[in-house]
Amino acid sequence: MSDLLGPVLDTSAAPVTAARIVEPRIPRLLLTPDHHLCPGCGEPLAIRTLLQAIEDLGIEQVICILGIGCYTSFGANLDVDLVQCLHGRAPSVATGAKRMRPEAAVFTLQGDGDMVNEGLQEVLHTAARGEHLTCVLLNNGVFGETGGHMTATTVIGQRTKNTIEGRDAEYHGYPILIGDLIARLEGAAYVARGSVHNAGAVARTTKMLRRAFETQQRREGFSFVEVLTMCPTGWFIPTGEGPDYLSSTLAEVHIMGELKVDGVIRTTEELHAENVARAAELEAQLARGGLES
Amino acid sequence: MTTTDPTGRALMEGSEALVRAAIAAGCRFFAGYPMTPFTEVLEHFAALLPDVGGTCINAESEIEAVGMAWGAVATGARAATGSTGQGLALMQESFSEATLAELPLVIFNMSRSQGDYFQATRGGGHGDYRHLVLAPQDAREGIRLVQLAFHLADKWRNPVMIYGDYLLAHTLEAVEVETFEFPALPPKDWAATGERTGTGAAVSVTPLGVAKHGQPDDGQEGRSQWIATKMPLMEREVRVETGHCDDAETVVVAFGSTAKFVKYAVAQLRDEGLRVGWIRPVTLWPFPYDTVREVAARVRVIGSYEISSGQMVDDVRIGAAGLAPVEFIGGVSTDHSGFGLGRLLDVDEVRERIRALHTGAAQPVVPGYERFTYRPAPHQLEVTP
Repeated sequence: MSDLLGPVLDTSAAPVTAARIVEPRIPRLLLTPDHHLCPGCGEPLAIRTLLQAIEDLGIEQVICILGIGCYTSFGANLDVDLVQCLHGRAPSVATGAKRMRPEAAVFTLQGDGDMVNEGLQEVLHTAARGEHLTCVLLNNGVFGETGGHMTATTVIGQRTKNTIEGRDAEYHGYPILIGDLIARLEGAAYVARGSVHNAGAVARTTKMLRRAFETQQRREGFSFVEVLTMCPTGWFIPTGEGPDYLSSTLAEVHIMGELKVDGVIRTTEELHAENVARAAELEAQLARGGLES
Repeated sequence: MTTTDPTGRALMEGSEALVRAAIAAGCRFFAGYPMTPFTEVLEHFAALLPDVGGTCINAESEIEAVGMAWGAVATGARAATGSTGQGLALMQESFSEATLAELPLVIFNMSRSQGDYFQATRGGGHGDYRHLVLAPQDAREGIRLVQLAFHLADKWRNPVMIYGDYLLAHTLEAVEVETFEFPALPPKDWAATGERTGTGAAVSVTPLGVAKHGQPDDGQEGRSQWIATKMPLMEREVRVETGHCDDAETVVVAFGSTAKFVKYAVAQLRDEGLRVGWIRPVTLWPFPYDTVREVAARVRVIGSYEISSGQMVDDVRIGAAGLAPVEFIGGVSTDHSGFGLGRLLDVDEVRERIRALHTGAAQPVVPGYERFTYRPAPHQLEVTP
């Protein structure tokens, strides 16, 4: 027997310490991780992140107000009392639910078509009223459920089934940066934009969701978290390219960061300027011979 | 503020009486958007709900108002919304879906005329659904019917509409807002309170029929079948009032405030010795078809007196089933603004129209309405082959 194929582990005696069982990281509020959404979809990941944030805070009484989109089918997976509502109407439905059940944590789940197209005035009014609830936007820049059509958050140049040559500002108008609109409203206490296209973004988004629910628990006002999610099907790209496409298109316009914390507003333009400055600084460090700690 | 007389009655406008009745029924949430002649219902809810720990939200649109009421109802609270026909038209998508979601929502419809009969009883929304529709003739009856509405909504887990009008909403009446008792109802174990989150038995209040993982999934087909098979059972909630139908040769069907005028005009004609009677549907859906059929079997003619171009008359014809001729004797009638009452809601007008029906004479022309009568152009006179 060659050395190459020889034993690499000593199995002649029992190990000193017992084998470590790695628990599956499935949030307690998730009935099953199985779902009917497309491979590469970011929505299950975003919703798991959301459930994790609720669990981290130890919140027991939760009501989910669910909009209409691909994620609607994922509602079956949530061990959360759920109110299914019409396309666009979740923030109003959540308002009625929260007013009658102030002791429960109430959150909405909507897509960009649901919230920014169909129900734009609802989320704005709910924020302006300072309702003590959390609205979560799953933003992938397309109507995924209908097969990839332009929404109000589709970025300029993005190809969709009804912007086949790419979204043209002259012809189709500009995307809405919904977080910035909400942040300006006095009733909004916490506004953030996260993403789930890589592990770092997921960790950052989990923190944002925790802060949003803390804001609600402390009754400080309306809280809002936008989560950028991959939609390779609706973007007409190979499944594996979803995260990179998100990073280079959607996230270049809908920039990650906290837009309103403790009354201080930072616009998406400011977040962008900070990113540009940080990139320039890193470039400069590299030019000086290496990254400084 | 209201002051009561020695009998415990207080003079108040119909809107206030209806709102106080809703609160007596346990309504603790209301959301609405002002619109004549519904506005005062919103005003009284806004004034009175906080005193009982309730909430009234001045919604930014009718669509948001019905959404808010949807959310409140879904958590198990008694809640309502309302508007007039135009505002209710904006809410129709929510009404039909709320029916599929089996939400016990109560809707206050203070209509501008009876031309919203189809909207109320056929629904302007999508899909297969019906709402129970109660049409009080005055505030006194409204106090009971509003409380019945909340009971029936919970009993059937179906939206219930109160069909009122300008006259009901704005007329001051001396009333006592009694609290009515109804049979006990099962607990709302279907409601999304948040309490079952994380127990493995979380609930879903949904119009879509999508079940929680591991539970039987009915789908849209199952949901629609479920509602369709509930409707015939709800039809047993039909309520109707009749007068002088035993010996009448001519019977007039009318609902709401209009019925009160018809009843008075019929009494005047009876005093003259004319054998006339009336039928007043208290529920517009379900419509009292059986009552109309029984009456149709023994009368000469049936009239439908409504303030519209003739909508309920369709239901009267279905009920009469050809046993007696059915004639529409009402008409469009509004004030100049379109919000209020026109000349046909007048005892003399009503009486003479019933008299003409009874004697077989032509219906009288309402003075001042001649110039509103459509004059077809020559190209419109021939039916296109």
